[in-house]
Amino acid sequence: MAKQIHSDRVLEIDNIRVTFDTPDGAVEAVRGVSMHVRRGETVAVVGESGSGKSQIMMSAMGLLASNGQATGAVRYRGEDILNLPVKKLNKIRGAKISMIFQEPMTSLDPLYTIQDQLCEPLMVHGGLSRSKARARVLELLKLVQIPDPERRMKSYPYEMSGGQRQRVMIAMALANDPDLLIADEPTTALDVTIQADILHLLAELQARLGMSILFITHDLGIVEAFADRVYVMRKGQLEEEGETQQIFQAPATDYTRMLLDAEPSGQKSAPAADAEVMLSGKDVVVTFGTPGGFLRKDTQFTAVKGIDVALHREQTIGIVGESGSGKSTLGRALLQLLPSEGRVVYLGQEISGLDRAHMRPYRDGLQMVFQDPYGSLSPRMTVSEIITEGLLVHEPGLSQRERAERAAQALEDVGLEPSMRNRFPHEFSGGQRQRIAIARAVVLRPKVIVLDEPTSALDRSVQKQVIELLRRLQKEHALSYLFISHDLAVVRALSDYVMVMRDGKVVEQGLTEQVFDNPSQQYTRDLMRAAFDLREILREKLA
Amino acid sequence: MLSYALRRLLSAIPTLFIIVTAAFFMMRLAPGGPFDQERTLEATVMANLNATFGLDKPLWQQYGIYLSNLFQGDMGPSFIYRDKRVHEILAEGLPISIQLGATALILALVLGAFLGSVAALRQNTKTDFSVIAVATFGITVPNFVVAPVLSLVFAVVLSWLPAQGWGQWNQMILPVIALALPQIAVVTRLIRGSMIEALRSDHVRTARAYGLPTYMVVGKHALRAAILPAISYLGPAAAALLTGSIVVEQVFNLPGIGRYFVIGALNRDYTLVMGTVVIVAVFVVVFNLIVDLLYAVLDPRVRYD
Amino acid sequence: MTDMTVDTGPVQGESRSLWATAMLRLRRNKAAMASIFVLIVLALAGIFGPMLAPHSYSKVYPEFVKVKPSLESYPQEEQVIPAAESALRRARVDLGAIDVEDGKVRIEVSSDSRDIDPRISRYLDRSSVFSDAEITIDPADPKKGVIEASVQQLYFLMGTDANGRDLFSRILISLRISLMIGALATAVALTIGVIYGATAGFVGGRVDNVMMRFVDVMYSLPFVFFVILLVVFFGRNLVLMFLAVGAVEWLDMARITRGQTLSLRRREFVQAAEALGVSGRAIVRRHIIPNTAGTVIIYMTLLIPKVILLESFLSFLGLGVQEPLTSLGVLISEGAKNMRNAPFMLFYPAATMTILLFALNFLGDGLRDALDPKDR
Repeated sequence: MAKQIHSDRVLEIDNIRVTFDTPDGAVEAVRGVSMHVRRGETVAVVGESGSGKSQIMMSAMGLLASNGQATGAVRYRGEDILNLPVKKLNKIRGAKISMIFQEPMTSLDPLYTIQDQLCEPLMVHGGLSRSKARARVLELLKLVQIPDPERRMKSYPYEMSGGQRQRVMIAMALANDPDLLIADEPTTALDVTIQADILHLLAELQARLGMSILFITHDLGIVEAFADRVYVMRKGQLEEEGETQQIFQAPATDYTRMLLDAEPSGQKSAPAADAEVMLSGKDVVVTFGTPGGFLRKDTQFTAVKGIDVALHREQTIGIVGESGSGKSTLGRALLQLLPSEGRVVYLGQEISGLDRAHMRPYRDGLQMVFQDPYGSLSPRMTVSEIITEGLLVHEPGLSQRERAERAAQALEDVGLEPSMRNRFPHEFSGGQRQRIAIARAVVLRPKVIVLDEPTSALDRSVQKQVIELLRRLQKEHALSYLFISHDLAVVRALSDYVMVMRDGKVVEQGLTEQVFDNPSQQYTRDLMRAAFDLREILREKLA
Repeated sequence: MLSYALRRLLSAIPTLFIIVTAAFFMMRLAPGGPFDQERTLEATVMANLNATFGLDKPLWQQYGIYLSNLFQGDMGPSFIYRDKRVHEILAEGLPISIQLGATALILALVLGAFLGSVAALRQNTKTDFSVIAVATFGITVPNFVVAPVLSLVFAVVLSWLPAQGWGQWNQMILPVIALALPQIAVVTRLIRGSMIEALRSDHVRTARAYGLPTYMVVGKHALRAAILPAISYLGPAAAALLTGSIVVEQVFNLPGIGRYFVIGALNRDYTLVMGTVVIVAVFVVVFNLIVDLLYAVLDPRVRYD
Repeated sequence: MTDMTVDTGPVQGESRSLWATAMLRLRRNKAAMASIFVLIVLALAGIFGPMLAPHSYSKVYPEFVKVKPSLESYPQEEQVIPAAESALRRARVDLGAIDVEDGKVRIEVSSDSRDIDPRISRYLDRSSVFSDAEITIDPADPKKGVIEASVQQLYFLMGTDANGRDLFSRILISLRISLMIGALATAVALTIGVIYGATAGFVGGRVDNVMMRFVDVMYSLPFVFFVILLVVFFGRNLVLMFLAVGAVEWLDMARITRGQTLSLRRREFVQAAEALGVSGRAIVRRHIIPNTAGTVIIYMTLLIPKVILLESFLSFLGLGVQEPLTSLGVLISEGAKNMRNAPFMLFYPAATMTILLFALNFLGDGLRDALDPKDR
């Protein structure tokens, strides 16, 4: 490898390897990756979870977990900073290279005010006095467009929203005019509209301040809109690199092509207008908390404020909305998993207000799949125990062998080997677990399935497989879906009818094409643009 | 916050009431009485004694009298120290117990935080293992072993420190160490655990990523988060110190309230026992309240309303 | 696109449940494995030791009060003659030469005034130092005789206590008592705590509020004081003892179980079971209990030493088990009283207690690391 010094390279990573020492032996997370960032450039590192993309940056910044070890070289302006003693490294990190992280909720110290935390790097690196640092903090908060910065300075992180915290992190990153900003999935935990705002802010600040940005993400949409150059990583190795345009138009490897193709596609046609109504809700209201009392605060809050919904046979209703819009609560209320008001009818039978025992006969027809494939399977039960649990309740007459047959069939239905049925959930990947969760619902031969963000925790490529699976099952078993998601692309691909929720109310609803192509409400329009036209947003605002 | 403190204080009243009532009736329903040892006394003398101390009245009436006296700050006459009122006895003992307990508590917190942090920062090294071993030893060896051994080694064999008594500063050293040792061990382990967690937390990673010097990363960001569990442990720690003081006061012959409790209980001195229980209960309740408020001060996320 | 990149299959090798993985991890922890071994040895010693020990824990040897621990047998050579003299003092005979040889003693006796009564050999038998005493009266002179007796070989590996009882036997029996109280009181605390906590956590809402409020109130009670009162006023008795200790220690257990249950209830797999229509009881049985078991086991191993400590504490104050039964706390308390002239009386019980508690604590820590690897 050529060792000449490239004067325009801010950061140069040379054949880096990262190994973790685990109880099951050494695990190589990164296996010899080289990359560089030029001055003023925006570089994206893209890859699915476990590809090792974050670990490269962590080792460069001396932040590896204690059981991790890195070899190779990381050069900042020609000087190797990998495995530098902390004291020397501290002259660079936070001053020349700064970093923002994925989790805006936990990346700031909950016990100190914003001002306290922003002052620290200024005083440590810039040698500013406290009062000067404070003035600069105010300036920075204005720069990242925090409303009412004088007051906000004195807030604690928990008093701010996720988007605002990420702005504070950006302010902190910019405090000492760094040469390079490393952003590790900075928008993944945020709603799409806020994601667009944050990306826009970053692009704008870069244009103004001229630093380089190294952007780590799994989201190709962001890469396309935001980056000049791309590195594609897979299983700890570099799969491909090049200009963004080139990679997106002519990917050189199958893997990149597969990633690009993994954007959900296809659409669903609406069922006949006279199709039977399977599940309907009228004026559904869900309230949490307790009313106030003597010396006690009123904690009541209404999550769902009177919603009507009617789900027809073989229909898929997509319910979209940002976090806190009440979409999951609505799904659970319809299945009587939460106390709610309003009238819910399943196949002509009112089920609202039924207690656990009276609700039981209907449960086999009304199933649910949850978001978190890690949390929704009991960790101490085998796959076959998990799948057959519902059969014990609803078809107690089955013999053990019949149950095993049904479980095997359900596993085959969702594309898993029946021979896996004696394994435990922790032995499976996220996508496989989600298949198991779907098998658990399907084995009861339900008529309606509420899908609560079933694809949100999965990588795009796995997501696509799950979408295909859901489509196939719907056709084979004439299922009706209530599909809850914040991911508009997935909703468009799966549903024929869409309801847009905000603050517990439906803002807009209609056939999928109509809502997506011709939104009538400003809120819906903003949502669509943030999700599909990120590039335009960034470009037009910068212009 | 203020309304929370107020509410907690209000809810403490029924708690104290329950304690007093339970202790009162439990003691009275038990067989035996304060004058059992003097069984040779004639019946008339016995009756006289009972009348003087009001023991001839119906139980509920005695209970009422006790409550109303207590409300006025009078804990009644002691049965064994006949020339004193119980609150006078306890007023002499309380400062000693508090001084002893408070010193031990502060020592436990400071030393525990230090040792725990050191162990966490050197996790899985020899330093760490030796701190863990010492801490486990401290938890394992009860203070009724530590106290006599300390007294044997430092007072009897080496004659460095006085074996018992109260009044000079050097008479405090051994009892405080005996009392604090198990608590130091518990706090060390607590802090070690929470410190390891804190050092791995995202916000400490942020502090390191921004090039803050190690003393700030550890001392300012990690330690404050790590100290919170130790703060919530202060309540149980105080209770443990009260229990421990019973032993320590006995071994080192200190006139604190722990000793009066044992003496009172063994001699059926109803009022003396009641007095100790009331004092201890008030102390525990108030201390728990202070701990909760302190926690809220240290952790801005906690606002009790 | 087909399933070409389908998520890689499950990890190779045997299918392992979380329990199996945890046990594997535990087996790698040397301190924990050593602790298990030590605990087994101590438990066996507590159960069978008192039956096999050469002395009964209550047998008093007045000749051997506070003798030092020794691998050699008692009485030692120089003690035999004084022991014989003191044993025969009441026989009112004159003692001649006393020979000690090969575990036998030969004593010449004579009397000025009357014939030797052959029954005086019993005086020797009565002493715990001698046995099989036989007297041969001089056929020529009935005023003279020879007593021959075998000298006992008594081993006091850990010495004797202030009453002349074998400390080793007493430690064995106290180990039994301490372990028994530890196990039973823990079982009491565990049963109350788990049922109470799981109920509060699972039912939730107002019931939970009231139940936990009650626990809070109980927490603020100076409980040890109540236990002392109980024991003082209702007499010392073993059953009461562990009921009292168990009743004090269940609070922690209840809080832990409740917290676990509450967080499990929020987990999606419990909601999934509810969506399947699984009954409340089955959810608790299949989903809640197996998942709290790890934590409960960890706290149980840590609870046992606490219980033993509390019992010893009460015993130390003289409020525990009654003579001639004993517990480690009693022995330590006696040792503390005698530590100036018989330090071994403090050393051996304290060492036993320390080893026992150390092993329990290390095992608890090891289990925590094995079952809940996040903690490390």
